[in-house]
Amino acid sequence: MKSSFVIFALLIFALLSFGLYEGLVAAPTEQTMGDVQRIFYYHMPSAITAFLCFFVNFGASIAYLMKRRPAADALAVSAAEVGVVFTTVVLVTGPLWARPVWGIWWTWDARLTSTLVLWLIYVSYLILRRFSGNNPVLSAVLAIFGAADVIFVYMAIRWFRTQHPQPVIGGGEGSGIDPHMFQALLANFVAFAAFAAMVIFIRYRLERLRQQVEEAHAMRAISEPAERVSR
Amino acid sequence: MNYLYAAYGATWVIHIVYLVILTRGYAKLREEIKDLEKH
Repeated sequence: MKSSFVIFALLIFALLSFGLYEGLVAAPTEQTMGDVQRIFYYHMPSAITAFLCFFVNFGASIAYLMKRRPAADALAVSAAEVGVVFTTVVLVTGPLWARPVWGIWWTWDARLTSTLVLWLIYVSYLILRRFSGNNPVLSAVLAIFGAADVIFVYMAIRWFRTQHPQPVIGGGEGSGIDPHMFQALLANFVAFAAFAAMVIFIRYRLERLRQQVEEAHAMRAISEPAERVSR
Repeated sequence: MNYLYAAYGATWVIHIVYLVILTRGYAKLREEIKDLEKH
């Protein structure tokens, strides 16, 4: 188990290194934006990975509401937390690209605003879990609202006229990307998705351990008064 | 170029900070388990 995890971690490190090389060196320089366009190779794969994390959270939340299994709840919170980390990356790298290209750090268009709302929903989800006595049912319901916003964020540039660039992949006629750029994008997406899977696995193990410790504390609290009564 | 390096750097700082938080959480939980085993 431990050795297979080490092999998996090394493989992810290799994928991330390859992604970094593709993004910074191998991909051609964009004609109008120059090197700053390379931020795209980290920005977009991070966004797609965050969406995947939130879909895992959605699936696990539904599973928890149906079966009430602690393992499903542990997977839900793990995926949400990793999703928030990746959305944070999106919200940081986006303005760092926008400043030299648009001349502004931020604008309240549909894509940017809905992404910020998405981040706030899942941060609220995590705060709710931590400060409301770890209420998994309530947070599972909130996760369903969060998943609806994921779809809104994805479709925002298709439904509205936005400052954010139009989709380059799956954007219909006129959209598209240079094959070398696509390769860099794909390399980083595969690397980030695998990295997210590994971090979700680590976080899941941690959450299961925390659930067991909580259970042990509860058992001790029940058995202690019973011992006092028997004395 | 500065914006590019800032974006790539910030990405890894965010991920590393999160991994450090996870590692600390794991160590804290291990200590709690040890305490539980003692009592």
